[in-house]
Amino acid sequence: MNTVRIGAGAGYSGDRIDPAVELAEKGNIAYLIFECLAERTIAIAQKARLLDPGAGYDPLLEERMRAVLPICAERRIRIISNMGAANPHAAAAKTRDIAQQLGLRGLRIAAVTGDDVLEILRAGQGIIETPEGPLPPSDTWLSANAYLGVSPILEALQSEADIILTGRVADPALFLAPLIHEFRWPLDDWNLLGQGTVVGHLLECAGQLTGGYFADPGFKDVPNLDRLGFPIAEVNADGSAILTKVEGSGGLLNCATCTEQLLYEIQDPSTYYTPDVIADFSSVSFAELGPDRVSVSGGAGRPRPSTLKASLGYRDGFIGEGQISYAGPNALARAELARDILSKRLARHSISELRFDFIGLSSIHGTQLSRNAPVPYEIRLRAAGRATSLATASWIPREVEALYTNGPAGGGGASGSTREVIAITSALIPRESVSPQVQIMES
Amino acid sequence: MLLHQFAHARTGDKGNIVTISLIAFRKDDFALLEQKVTAERVAAHFAELLQAPVPEGPAQEDPVHAGPAQNGSVQRYSLPQLGALNFVLHRPIANSVTRSLALDAHGKCLGSALLALEI
Repeated sequence: MNTVRIGAGAGYSGDRIDPAVELAEKGNIAYLIFECLAERTIAIAQKARLLDPGAGYDPLLEERMRAVLPICAERRIRIISNMGAANPHAAAAKTRDIAQQLGLRGLRIAAVTGDDVLEILRAGQGIIETPEGPLPPSDTWLSANAYLGVSPILEALQSEADIILTGRVADPALFLAPLIHEFRWPLDDWNLLGQGTVVGHLLECAGQLTGGYFADPGFKDVPNLDRLGFPIAEVNADGSAILTKVEGSGGLLNCATCTEQLLYEIQDPSTYYTPDVIADFSSVSFAELGPDRVSVSGGAGRPRPSTLKASLGYRDGFIGEGQISYAGPNALARAELARDILSKRLARHSISELRFDFIGLSSIHGTQLSRNAPVPYEIRLRAAGRATSLATASWIPREVEALYTNGPAGGGGASGSTREVIAITSALIPRESVSPQVQIMES
Repeated sequence: MLLHQFAHARTGDKGNIVTISLIAFRKDDFALLEQKVTAERVAAHFAELLQAPVPEGPAQEDPVHAGPAQNGSVQRYSLPQLGALNFVLHRPIANSVTRSLALDAHGKCLGSALLALEI
């Protein structure tokens, strides 16, 4: 085994599907990885599962599987994904049904579970640290999931699973596991695991490595973003890799796109915590070998932490929001008058925190950074506030809409919404309190 | 001149933490970035956005969202071989991504604000 080619088929739950099909068809890959589980996604999925025991996996699972399964089965491309979300068993069963409907028999589908630690936390056992402050009251808790590492994915690969569906695992582990499996890397070779984590981290947001989230016309131009190609890593046994994409696909892959993604969501580059290794990105370097071909090396690592991080999803009240536009002469003054009216009207209700924004002027960067901005032709006023009940929060969109007939001249395009807030906090728990499981079914 | 002429940036988020990478277009300009874009200057640039919101109505006890006392602080890490600086900004817990009232709850647009610094 000289090299292993791994493709990234999704960078988030709602990502485009056609680039994954392109990777399977033309990428000459052995593994197709879909990273689809943001911090809060699993808590929202858990909420769906509480209403329907068969739900709680990725909403696009069926569409993705129907698109890629026939090609992946034909080419023996193995699929690894956290699309299992809050219900990996149901996701695996659904995938088995789809495979059978497509006439694909004998595919082995693994469900990885054991990340759900809600009952362990409820029992009050072994919370070592709460780095984001004290935990909220336990009657608000909705989900708690530990970030699993490579071990259950390795077990599934050794059991010859073709498709592996997990809940919460560390994102880079989805990529690191097949590398460990193929190259038989020892689980305590921290430098190899560190370099493998670099590769996984670079790929996990898919298009963000190949020119997505990068373009700035005139400064950083990226061709053909409408058909952005997703990345491929051609990994060597020493963990070094060449990053590339399907020839002719849109996008751009160079040292600049790679450097932006290497540091994406990274705090101290020398100390990136994962369940499998504390990775060190501080000496990583890139070299451009040709168009859309970049080599990466220099990742390192230190022994894995003794604790696992668990993210806790909890109900945190309700947010109400409303927006209305003013345009033409004196638009800002009319929007400011509308804000003053709303401020007085909403003071009648128990809204614990209320915020007003002037969209087009200062809503994104605040008043300090936008103080020299010219007054625009049109302004959209936004009101957002927090309340402990849906009924109270809904006063915000109601009062914004009432500005039509009760507010300043020329308001238009009012819109509003009210939603429950599912917030996330974290706790560190002992590694021993978590026991991952793998169950395999066959189509 | 604006920093935008010399460098590019990407913003990431984790809970109440925002990370911003700042990468020189030309490696030769990295020394200038290191000299001019200090953690203190970045903290001052983003001061308003790193403060806790002022609650409406009577003050409420909310120990869960009070958070650690490092609000407003900024750390800087240097990666000379990449021509890159990495900034870590601490927002108040009340503004963490999953509960913020802001239009850009993640703070994804903050990298662009950093590029508006005068050099």
